[in-house]
Amino acid sequence: MLGRTLREVSAALKQGQVTPTELCQRCLSLIRKTKFLNAYITVSEEVALKQAEESEKRYKKGHSLGDLDGIPVAVKDNFSTSGIETTCASNMLKGYVPPYNATVVQKLLDQGALLMGKTNLDEFAMGSGSTDGIFGPVKNPWSYSKQYREKRKQNSHSENEDSNWLITGGSSGGSAAAVSAFTCFAALGSDTGGSTRNPAAHCGVVGLKPSYGLVSRHGLIPLVNSMDVPGILTRCVDDAATVLGILAGHDPKDSTTIQDPVKPFTLPSLTDVSKLCIGIPKEYLTPELSSEVQSLWSKAANLFESEGAKVIEVSLPHTSYSIVCYHVLCTSEVASNMARFDGLEYGHRCDNDVSTEAMYAVTRREGFNDVVRGRILSGNFFLLRENYENYFVKAQKVRRLIANDFVNVFNSGVDVLLTPTTLSEAVPYTEFIKEDNRTRSAQDDIFTQAVNMAGLPAVSVPMALSSQGLPIGLQFIGRAFCDQQLLRVAKWFEKQVQFPVIQLQELMDDCSSVFENEKLASVSLK
Amino acid sequence: MWARAVRLRAAARGRRGFTSKADSQGSGRVTGELIQHLERLSLVDFGSQEAVARLEKAIAFADRLRAVNTDGVEPMESVLEDRCLYLRSDNVVEGSCAEELLQNSHRVVEEYFVAPPGNISWSKLDEKQPFSHH
Repeated sequence: MLGRTLREVSAALKQGQVTPTELCQRCLSLIRKTKFLNAYITVSEEVALKQAEESEKRYKKGHSLGDLDGIPVAVKDNFSTSGIETTCASNMLKGYVPPYNATVVQKLLDQGALLMGKTNLDEFAMGSGSTDGIFGPVKNPWSYSKQYREKRKQNSHSENEDSNWLITGGSSGGSAAAVSAFTCFAALGSDTGGSTRNPAAHCGVVGLKPSYGLVSRHGLIPLVNSMDVPGILTRCVDDAATVLGILAGHDPKDSTTIQDPVKPFTLPSLTDVSKLCIGIPKEYLTPELSSEVQSLWSKAANLFESEGAKVIEVSLPHTSYSIVCYHVLCTSEVASNMARFDGLEYGHRCDNDVSTEAMYAVTRREGFNDVVRGRILSGNFFLLRENYENYFVKAQKVRRLIANDFVNVFNSGVDVLLTPTTLSEAVPYTEFIKEDNRTRSAQDDIFTQAVNMAGLPAVSVPMALSSQGLPIGLQFIGRAFCDQQLLRVAKWFEKQVQFPVIQLQELMDDCSSVFENEKLASVSLK
Repeated sequence: MWARAVRLRAAARGRRGFTSKADSQGSGRVTGELIQHLERLSLVDFGSQEAVARLEKAIAFADRLRAVNTDGVEPMESVLEDRCLYLRSDNVVEGSCAEELLQNSHRVVEEYFVAPPGNISWSKLDEKQPFSHH
C-alpha cells in the first residue's frame, strides 16, 4: 500500500481496503525503521494518529474531504506548524513553537492530510546537501538500496557498509528522503535556487517548483522573498499535480500570490507530443556535467523527437552569469531576512543582557552556523552604500537579462525546456564535505537557480539509474503559470522512461505485508 | 569595537584568537576596517580567518558580473512586476493574540518584551568584565 500513488491510496481508503489509522501506523513504523536516514527532525506521532482517527470517522460516514484525506504527508522544517516545533535546523529556532500554520500546511490539513512530521534540511535552507543543519546530515535512502549495493559489491573492495553513505542533495533533503523511503506520500520542500529539485533528482523522486506567485509563502520562513517558493515532492507526477491543485491559489496573507482563480486539476494524459516544441539550452552543456547525465539528457531529447516532437537547440546567453547573479541577490536578501533574529520576540536568546547590541550579536553568533553567518556578511557587503550600485543593483539588472532570455526562448515557440537537474548522481558524504557550502552551492545549483530568478515553474523527473545504481533526474522548465502544461509533459516522459522503484528490501523485512500489494484486490480508480 | 571584543572573548575561552587587523594577505578588499564595519552592521562576527577568506572569495566571485553589459537595463525587483500587488481592505480580521505571541519570548514583563539597555555603544565594553549572568 505504501508503494501506491496518492490517488490509488485515496481510492483504497474510500473503498475501505485500508483505514487512515492503518496507513498512519505503517508510515510511523517505517519512520522508526528508517530513523538512521535522519530525514525527520520531529515526528508528530500523536498529532498524526489523532488526525487519522478523524479521517476515519469521515470515511465511515462517506464524507471524505478529497484526495488527500487520510494521506500521510511530511513538511520541511522551515514551514511554520502550529503547536509543533519549527527549527529550520538551526539553534536560533530550536525550541520555537509557532502559534500558526503556514498557509500551505493549513491547506493540507484542511484536506485531511496526516502530518507525519517535520523534515530535516540544511540550516535555514542554505545548502545543496542537507548536511549543514544542527540535527546532522540526511542520508540518501538509495545508499541502502539493493540497486546500489549490488553495484558496489561488483566493484569493490570490502568496506564498512555504512561509511560511504550518499547525500540526499538539498536543501529539502529530509523531505526527499521521506518520500523516497515511503514514509509519506508527499512532502513539502522549499525551492529558492533548486532546493526541491536537487534532492528530488538525487533521491529518485519528483520535485516540483511551481511558478512564483502561484503558491502562498505565508508561514514559509523566508530566505529570498523574490525567489522562494514552496516545493512539492512526490513519487509520481500525478501526485505532484494533485498536491499542487490543493496548494495553489491566491492567499490574502501573501500579497505576492497572483489573484487569478486557480482550480484543482487532474492531468489529462498527453498522448500526442507531435505538437510540442522542446528546447535544449546549449549553454547548459557544461564541462562539469557528468557524461552519464549528458548521455541521458541526449537520450531524453531523442525520445521526444522520435515520438514526433520538435526538439531544437536554444540559447540562454546569460547562463554563465546566472549563478553569480543569484549569489549576490540571495546573500543580499538573506542578510535582510535574517535581521529579524535578534532574540527578543522569539527564538534563541543569549544570556548577555548588558546592551541590545551585545545581546543581538552574541545571540546571533550562538544561533547561526558559519554558513548562515557567511551569507549575512557577504550580503551586507553587497548592500554597503559604496557597493550597492555595483553589486546589488547590477545583479538586479543581470536578473532581468536572465529572465528575458527565457521569455525570448518561450516566445520563439518553445513550449518546454529540457535540461539536466544536477551535474551527476548523488555523491558520498565524505566526498561532498571536501568543499565548503558556498562552493558546493555554486556548483550544484547551476541548472536550477536561473529558474528561480525568472520565477518559472520547473520539475525534476527521475529518468534512470546510473551505472552505480543511483537515480538521475532531468528537469523540465515551463512558461510562467503554465504549470499544468509542464506537468502534462513531465507525466508523458515519466510514463516513457519507467524509472525503477527503489528496492529497500532489507528495511522492509518486517513490513513485508506492506509490499504485498499484488495480493490485494485491484483497486478501481474513479 | 566589536571585533576586538571578539578577540578578547575568544582568548578568554582559550580558542584560537582572531585578529581584526588586516595583517593577513588576502585580496586587500577586506580590510580590518571593513571587517569591523560589516560585523557591526550585521551584528554577526566573522569568527575566524577562514570566514574572512570566504568573504574574499565571495566578492571575487561576484566581481564576474562586471563583464555583463547592462547599459539601459532596468533592475528587476520582482518577476511579478507587471502585476498589481494585492492589497486587502483595511479591516481587522484577526489578532488579539498577545498572550500567544509573548509565550515565544524568553524575557517578558507583563505585555512587554524586555530588551537590554540600548544606549550603550559596544566599544565601551572592552574594559568591562565579561558579561554577568542574571
